[in-house]
Amino acid sequence: MGYTLNFNLIWRHFDKLWGGLLLSLELAVVAIAIGILIGLTLAIAHVAGGRIVRGLISAYVEFIRNVPLILLVYLVFYGLPQAVDIAYDATTSFIVTLSLYSGAYLVEVFRSGLAAVPAGLIDAGKAIGLTPWQRLLHVRLPTMLRITLPALSNTFISLFKDTSVASVIAVPELTYGAQWINTNTFRIVEVYLVVTVMYLVTGYAILIGLRAIERRFAIGR
Amino acid sequence: MAAPSPSAGSAPLLHLSGIEKSFGSVHVLRGVDLEVARGQVVTIIGPSGSGKTTLLRCVNFLESYDAGSILIDGKEVGYRDLARRRVRSERDLARIRAETGMVFQMFNLFPHLTAAENVMLGLRKVRGKSLREAREIASHWLGRVGLGDKLDRLPSQLSGGQQQRVGIARAVAMDPKILLLDEITSALDPELVGEVLDVVLALADEGMTMLVVTHEIAFAREVSTEIVFMSEGIIDTQGSPSALFEDGHGSDRFRSFLSRFETHRRR
Amino acid sequence: MLNAIVYALPFLTTGLFVTLIVSLLTVSLSLVLGGLLGLVLVYGPTPLRWLVRGFSDIVRGIPILVLIFFVYYALPVAGLNLQPFNAAVLALTVFKTAQVIENVRGAIGSIPRGQMDAAKAIGLTFPARLTYVIAPQAVRRFLPPWINGVTDAVKGSALVSLLGVSDLMHSIQQVIGRTYDALPLYVLGALFYFAINYTLSMLSRRLELRYSYIRE
Repeated sequence: MGYTLNFNLIWRHFDKLWGGLLLSLELAVVAIAIGILIGLTLAIAHVAGGRIVRGLISAYVEFIRNVPLILLVYLVFYGLPQAVDIAYDATTSFIVTLSLYSGAYLVEVFRSGLAAVPAGLIDAGKAIGLTPWQRLLHVRLPTMLRITLPALSNTFISLFKDTSVASVIAVPELTYGAQWINTNTFRIVEVYLVVTVMYLVTGYAILIGLRAIERRFAIGR
Repeated sequence: MAAPSPSAGSAPLLHLSGIEKSFGSVHVLRGVDLEVARGQVVTIIGPSGSGKTTLLRCVNFLESYDAGSILIDGKEVGYRDLARRRVRSERDLARIRAETGMVFQMFNLFPHLTAAENVMLGLRKVRGKSLREAREIASHWLGRVGLGDKLDRLPSQLSGGQQQRVGIARAVAMDPKILLLDEITSALDPELVGEVLDVVLALADEGMTMLVVTHEIAFAREVSTEIVFMSEGIIDTQGSPSALFEDGHGSDRFRSFLSRFETHRRR
Repeated sequence: MLNAIVYALPFLTTGLFVTLIVSLLTVSLSLVLGGLLGLVLVYGPTPLRWLVRGFSDIVRGIPILVLIFFVYYALPVAGLNLQPFNAAVLALTVFKTAQVIENVRGAIGSIPRGQMDAAKAIGLTFPARLTYVIAPQAVRRFLPPWINGVTDAVKGSALVSLLGVSDLMHSIQQVIGRTYDALPLYVLGALFYFAINYTLSMLSRRLELRYSYIRE
């Protein structure tokens, strides 16, 4: 085969991969945090609002969900500064993109979560005299958050993987680090093996951690 | 009470001896012996966990059994080598299962097929009937259970009681030697139970051999030639309905089980 | 702006054509492979099941982009020199196959156990049970989520532009490289992708409603 595995060069530049991994995680965390705010607000607005509000929200959700993430990334990074007088760096632009992206998916998660709150609980709230706002705050939202925990975990793990697209605009996350090492050392197989393991192990660790949290709080598992 | 008494001197249609079964460490059946003669209706009652459904499912080998033998008309059901517990081939099992009919608690109708098609599937693919013959037999039996006008409905378009009656037609149309009924009314709304039990009574009156698992005690009294009370994996009490209910035979455990079914009175 | 769009259209439609071909190849290959492997996962011997399970978990646990780069850069090392287009289709097919395996597993696994019992009870043999009872239900349960997943293949195909494959995404970049007019082109491109995927997800939703009778 004429190619011998040599991991030394990988370890020498491991800081690029480790730093990249941490950045990927940070990006995912920020994106899901903002995404939850967006998703929750729009989910409530969708339930409470009229046809125009619902239509706008659906348009946003459907647009994001049907367009490739890479195109959205370019759109926000290269396209937006053309229309709006904004100058931002790649990382910030990616955070904006990924947050909007996760927000769209989370609207659906929260909408069906709210709908899944058993009617009996809401009736019980009415029966003890809570106002609609109190019912939302004390009965429906807490229950919904517990119902949606599994979906939230899955979304977070997906977002973590989606951060790899940031590499196309030179955000120094994990995949960018892999490409850097690839073009600078030509240790192709080694770097991608290592990076694959890193994604798998991290993903698995997140999964176990989130499952533990779910077990404590979630309903329906 | 229904069903003619079995003809004297005929070998039992169904013969279970020494049936034992465990699921992991749970010993569900601990040595059960039971006989059902042609034309008899034997009903098994008992608390949940007593093993009655498991026993029923062993008869058509939906469950294997760790010890003992089950003979239908003298032929062992599940194993071609009882001592070494070698299970029969898939084809033999299929042939033996075709001789029994089962009606399930959750109906288990095939949702992608109409009522008539549900009944016809076995007739065409197992009995080898032509499309026309199968359709005739299916309409006959669906008519007999009162669903003659629902032949082309899908299960999703039928009520629970109607679905269960299709389930009965599906089992009976195969002309089985014995009918196995597994808590067939447990999943039904109370007002739908009667229509299903009426069908079973009619079949019993015509001499259908049946092994029934139920918690409808009143129904058990009416349809059975023999009632079997199981508890903790073995048969505790056994006898004719009149012996057990009128003459007061039966163990204390049986009596205490029955007393749970009495209507609530202020103590 | 209208000029930019008019100038771009011919290039974009060529790119769109390539995107459609890539997606179509990916979807058909992955359907066959994933279907077979999915059946192995559900009905096969234990060691094979572990292999399929392992394959599916690994592929679904890494980003598509990493898979694409891995296939494109690492395979030549093993002696397999693929053109960008072929490498792209291979990578996307591997990715989608893992998804299809999950779709199959979900479809068959969601069929209530009682269906097999009832099929056994009327005396059907294993092949007959699969053909007349399990498969018709599995297919109806498989189709809606699978069609929905096809949108992932189409979206994933946009990444192959990074390998130089002249798909829709790549043509957009090329035109912008010449006209420097980014926004309207990205928006136009987005609308193309939107049109394809939205149609697919509507189809998926329609089928789901139509087959709802299969889920009691």
